[in-house]
Amino acid sequence: MTGFAKPLKIALGLAVIAALIVVPMNFNRYGLFILSQWAVMTIAAMGLNLTLGYAGQVSLAQGAFVGIGAYAAAIMTTHGWPLPAAIVVAIVLSFAVGWVLGYPALRVQHHYLAFVTLAFSTLAFLVFRNESWLTGGIYGISNIPRPHIFGIATNKPLPFYYVCLGSLAIVSLAVWWLIRSPWGRAFIALRENPQRAQSLGVDTRRYTLMAFAIGSALGGIAGALYAPLTQYIDPVPFNLSLSLDLLMMVIVGGAGFYLGPFLGAMIAVLLPEWLRFTEGYYLMLYAIAVMLLLIWSPTGILGILDRYMAARRTKAASALRAVAKSRLETAQ
Amino acid sequence: MSNLFDLLVAGLATGAIYALVAVGFTLLWQTSQTINFAQGEFVMLPAFLMLAAMHVGAPFWLAIILGILLSMILLGLAFKMLLVDPMMRHGVLPLAIATMALAIGIKEAVKQFFSAEASPFPSIVPTGDISVFGHAVSLQSIGVLVVAILAVVGLTALLNRTSLGHQMQAAAQNPTVARIIGVPVERMILLTFLINAFLVALASLLITPIYLAKFSSGEVLGQAAFIAAIVGGFNQVRGAIAGGLLIGVLDNLAASYVSTQYRSAVPMLVLIIVILFRPQGLLGRAEERTV
Repeated sequence: MTGFAKPLKIALGLAVIAALIVVPMNFNRYGLFILSQWAVMTIAAMGLNLTLGYAGQVSLAQGAFVGIGAYAAAIMTTHGWPLPAAIVVAIVLSFAVGWVLGYPALRVQHHYLAFVTLAFSTLAFLVFRNESWLTGGIYGISNIPRPHIFGIATNKPLPFYYVCLGSLAIVSLAVWWLIRSPWGRAFIALRENPQRAQSLGVDTRRYTLMAFAIGSALGGIAGALYAPLTQYIDPVPFNLSLSLDLLMMVIVGGAGFYLGPFLGAMIAVLLPEWLRFTEGYYLMLYAIAVMLLLIWSPTGILGILDRYMAARRTKAASALRAVAKSRLETAQ
Repeated sequence: MSNLFDLLVAGLATGAIYALVAVGFTLLWQTSQTINFAQGEFVMLPAFLMLAAMHVGAPFWLAIILGILLSMILLGLAFKMLLVDPMMRHGVLPLAIATMALAIGIKEAVKQFFSAEASPFPSIVPTGDISVFGHAVSLQSIGVLVVAILAVVGLTALLNRTSLGHQMQAAAQNPTVARIIGVPVERMILLTFLINAFLVALASLLITPIYLAKFSSGEVLGQAAFIAAIVGGFNQVRGAIAGGLLIGVLDNLAASYVSTQYRSAVPMLVLIIVILFRPQGLLGRAEERTV
């Protein structure tokens, strides 16, 4: 199985990437917008997956970091700065704020942490809404420009979709590298058993803060792409429900699985669109689908797959054992 | 000065509602480790059940009874059996997410089957003002305060004075031991879900005449109740009550003395400070950390 599975996986991965590049070429404006939104939300969900799925810290503030990134990008690009500079600022800003937000995580855990981050999320929303000298208040910021990448204007939906897809690719590679590095292993140790991790010499303080800061920085990147994607932002999309949505994406996709956020964001962004033919019922159906999925598999969609694979592996292993045993018996 | 008095009364009335909602939240947490993110929607729904009953011609008093009964069946029994029971063994987080999905579901269902517009709702307390120490105080505020206090006193008496209440507390504090000494733990857990459903229906009845019946009204209320429960100590019923009153009063004072724009920030700041310095809440007892 192992000798065969890896090339198959690579082929499948390449096919998906090719499809993501080629198929949208004849999509209409709205289809491209939805797909770009999927890419952006996947980046934000990947950040939360680092914090929650790998480091085990429940955060209800990821939406606020998307907001911070979006406002940073909106304010800077409307004042003539290029988008890459805005992205750097968004990363630095949300990394710093995420680091500070990590401090409560050192003191309180689980549901308490969820509520601290919930409070932060609401405070961020109030700042976006009330500091109109900076954020435009309830009127928001409009005419957010889209960038020129290597001299190519990305004003049209298709080029900007490629900007989002390219950013997703870069972030995916970075996260892939991160979770395979000693850092990622330290995060997992932190999630599985903080006490034991500490006794093994993992600096739990530092890694907890890092998990929050890196996860938040990815939220900031997502926000910095969201602003030019919609070209208009106001406080409403960044309220608590975005944080809850992102949390739902991570859990539904499969927290702690690398591909979880991709699937989770697909379900959260695309499923309501596919259910649109049901008119007003689509969010209701979506809610029911999420509840049924979680009752069936609390580890999300990839949890189902994981269990199936594990069962097959056990089966294969016991088959091998049986063969070995019968050989041993015939040899005797 | 007169202003302060009015603010306090209004704050206590709001706080009493928060307390009712927060108490149910702590009850569910204590008996089944359920964080119900749909608690706000649980308060919103009964009002619509009552409105629906009135639409088909039921008089107000009958609609109230039907609404409370339906809410106990849907939000108590069905919620426990269909969502909490199958998910209980999976831990806190998946269940919390499932209740978020439930919140979306309830909101959308009301919007779809009833109306996206705010509907007026008859009050059980006559409108008008009475004079207290020379201040005009709205009868509604007083009515809300009285009913909420009665409900909370009744609940505390049930928990502390009756053998049923003692069994409930035993089941909440240590299910294993409770089971050994013969407490029907499952039935006690079901009872807390029914009590929660009753309390949210009562809160719905009290608050909807003031703020109108709207599909989205659960969000703010649910959040306020969570904060109240945590600030007060969410493993303690009396903590939830104190937290509710405190947040209600703070919210009203903040609106007039701090700024209307940042009024909702004040309870949030209180929440953050309490969680950081006294995570078990002002009146709560510390929970042992599990490794």
